[in-house]
Amino acid sequence: MSLDLDVWEIVIGLEVHTELLTRTKLFSGAVNRFGGEPNTHIDPMTLGLPGALPVLNEHAVELAIRVGLALNCTVQRSVFARKNYFYPDQPKNYQISQYELPINADGWLELPSGKRVGIERAHLEEDTGKSTHVGGGGRIHDARYSLVDLNRAGVPLLEIVGRPDLRTADEAKAYVSELRSILVAVGASDGKMEEGSLRVDCNVSVRHRGDSDFGTRCEIKNINSLRAMGRAIDYEAARQADLISSGEAVVQQTRHWNDTEGRTTLLRSKEDADDYRYFPDPDLVEIDPGPEWIERVRAALPMLPSARRHRLAERTGAELERTALVVERGLDELCLTAVDAGADPERVLTHAEHNLADERAAGLDPEAFAQLVAMETDGRLTATQTKAVLAEMVDTGDGPDAIAARHGYEAMDSGSLEPIVDGLIEANPAEWERFCDGDAKVAGFFVGQVMKATQGKADGKAVTALLNARRG
Amino acid sequence: MRTAVDIAAGVRAGELSALEVLDEHLERVVLREAEIHAFNHLTEEAARAAATGLDRRVAAGEDPGPLAGVPVALKDNLCTEGVPTTCSSRILEGWIPPYTATVVERLVAAGAVPVGKTNLDEFAMGSSTENSAFGPTRNPHDVTRVPGGSSGGSAAAVAAGFAPVSLGSDTGGSIRQPAALCGVVGVKPTYGTVSRLGLVAFGSSLDQIGPFSATVADAALVLEVIGGHDPGDSTSLPGSFPSVSEHLDDGVSGLRVGIVTEMMGDGIAADVTARVRAAADALAAAGATVEEVSVRAVTYGLSAYYLVAPAEASSNLARYDGVRYGVRVEAATAGEMMEATRTAGFGDEVKRRIMLGTYALSAGYYDAFYGKALKVRTLIRRDFDAAYERFDVLLSPTSPTTAFPFGDKTADPMAMYLNDVCTIPTNLAGHPAMSVPFGVGDDGLPVGVQVLAPALGEVVMFRTAAVLEGSVR
Repeated sequence: MSLDLDVWEIVIGLEVHTELLTRTKLFSGAVNRFGGEPNTHIDPMTLGLPGALPVLNEHAVELAIRVGLALNCTVQRSVFARKNYFYPDQPKNYQISQYELPINADGWLELPSGKRVGIERAHLEEDTGKSTHVGGGGRIHDARYSLVDLNRAGVPLLEIVGRPDLRTADEAKAYVSELRSILVAVGASDGKMEEGSLRVDCNVSVRHRGDSDFGTRCEIKNINSLRAMGRAIDYEAARQADLISSGEAVVQQTRHWNDTEGRTTLLRSKEDADDYRYFPDPDLVEIDPGPEWIERVRAALPMLPSARRHRLAERTGAELERTALVVERGLDELCLTAVDAGADPERVLTHAEHNLADERAAGLDPEAFAQLVAMETDGRLTATQTKAVLAEMVDTGDGPDAIAARHGYEAMDSGSLEPIVDGLIEANPAEWERFCDGDAKVAGFFVGQVMKATQGKADGKAVTALLNARRG
Repeated sequence: MRTAVDIAAGVRAGELSALEVLDEHLERVVLREAEIHAFNHLTEEAARAAATGLDRRVAAGEDPGPLAGVPVALKDNLCTEGVPTTCSSRILEGWIPPYTATVVERLVAAGAVPVGKTNLDEFAMGSSTENSAFGPTRNPHDVTRVPGGSSGGSAAAVAAGFAPVSLGSDTGGSIRQPAALCGVVGVKPTYGTVSRLGLVAFGSSLDQIGPFSATVADAALVLEVIGGHDPGDSTSLPGSFPSVSEHLDDGVSGLRVGIVTEMMGDGIAADVTARVRAAADALAAAGATVEEVSVRAVTYGLSAYYLVAPAEASSNLARYDGVRYGVRVEAATAGEMMEATRTAGFGDEVKRRIMLGTYALSAGYYDAFYGKALKVRTLIRRDFDAAYERFDVLLSPTSPTTAFPFGDKTADPMAMYLNDVCTIPTNLAGHPAMSVPFGVGDDGLPVGVQVLAPALGEVVMFRTAAVLEGSVR
């Protein structure tokens, strides 16, 4: 199924759950670590034993505040509430969460495109355990028996509720990527979707382009990767548009994404939604971080991805969107220092985008990088040679001079290029004619031949200049 | 019978053997426990080993602490590592906690000797101990009558001389009412002064642990040991418990005492109100000024309580589902297993309150019920605060009547709930209150007088209680 985006508009709002990188659980001293033998990261609180009481993990609060500030939220007085529902991997049969008063409210996040996406709230809550349903289709309904692992129960989560400001699957992916970068940058999360430390639920609706009212939305669960999210959104939007086109109404539902079949199926409809009977948890007191704590956290925040993108764009003169990849690779500091050392910003960015995908690239000496770019722009090295030297710098840590000398790299001057170019013109009259008739693509053919003849030592720009001169 | 103060002093001085003291008490258990049924579980062997250890430490020149050699009975909703903790419910039968409640740890660290776990109304829900899944406890003063509840076993244990002191928990009067009916001292301290860690929760915002004892001084001694900040309970107040014992002889001269008008009228037996007035006279004779005072909002206390406590209980008791511990009744699906387990495991009163609380929290009813009850709570606190601007302590009956016969109120939950009409407002306010034995009613059975004080007003409350105790001796 695909959707005619000239007719339809997709409206997407995401709820992202992230596990916080604390040493212990949200309300107890049991260790917070992924995996492990089932039911070993537990204690009386995790098991929901009679008489156990929650004690709030201060580090989890600190991480929540960091994320809140990074998402431009108001960090406020908050209250824990009990969300009551029975489920075998929910040890107390209630989840301690935040309801009316979340710790973070009303913020926004900026996508690499410059678009701002609203954040409604980002609140603290505890994770559930994990159920494994054995037999049947692996779902609880037809399982022969179920196994419960409570290692994850009580792990601190931050639920980040975004506003329905996203309009395409790509935008939704960009949002999650950006959010993940922020979470990792502030040290709140390892951002691993595959280990479930970052989980996304999508609220999707469609409307005719130009409509101002939102359509009825469906919530999609069980999304395990960015790719799956994109597919799920596009599938669900098309499903809803089909319904509307055929005169049917979209019914508010929670739907399950089946990645193998590439479709969503009904999990439950709004009518059988639980009544969670929220009420303030009498075992806990309110959190009021106060301005001093908040300001201390704010002062210690690292520079965030969007600020780094703006900084790089300003100081290199590049388009904002072009800076995203460089910042994501963590190469913006390297680039800025190289530019400060006199390197050409355009060449620096180009190398960072195309020739520095290696993880070790961030460890490059910026001075050496700047020196290399200078050698290139001075014409001492060709683009191809520069690329080779750069790769070896990342590999060996040696300086560009030494590497270039080792390979005998030097750009040929145009004097020694002339006889080669003239020979090629003579040998390829048809191509030369097409070049003279204005077929610029043929220039590439000649440059390639020159490179072949000189084993890459020729400067491509000098060859093009020579060709143009010969054409007259 | 020896008091805890005397026992601890004797054992610490090497003049008394902790083991002999224990045996004196266990002999009384042997004689009367079959009739009284104060205990769900006796831990005689562990107690003998502990007492022997204490005697050895004293002989070696050590001081085991302020409760050295004092036998203590524990309500069976306090977790004790390695010892069954049932809450007198079928649903927890066979469960043995892997950890010990803070209060019990503190008692043991102070040299006390736990002798067993006492009977209660299932999950502390009741006023007669008739709701125990293991059969009722009988009142040592008249075994045809209830001991009160829910901490009936702990009250009866002290009244029968099984232990000089015991611990109970008080959510709406569960220490003070059985103390009154059994003729012993019972204290509910200020909310937050005693750790709830390891107390099986009923109504978390109301529950407090407190002592039973034969004397006011013994209650003070126990509170000083179990009270004070516990980082394991987020609602625990900072700081240590105020030193009460040193003020017991301070008297009440100049204290302003108010008799709560709303607790002296309809529904309160005349012989009980007569004892309260006699107590007021005794305080006046000791130099206090006594007046009547209206605390209007307390008349809504019972209604508010029966929304707040069941609401919290409905959530607190959700964990008993057969998945991880306790009883499990097998069924085809997880959901059906939980349902079957809870149907078989809980008694009628517990089910009644879970349903009441679930309803009160439901979408569309929250504001009308739970939300409104919270507002009433604020009003009650406000009216008490106003009264405490003019009075140092307040006085009332603890229970509307003396101990009543078995079966008298089991058919009518409302009649049973009315037992706690004088004690409930204190829990809603979070204030301290205690019941002091003050003579007998027309039937010759004990009457308790309740002394109420503002938050953290334990010192003035105990001073008043000590004067009352002295005047009936």
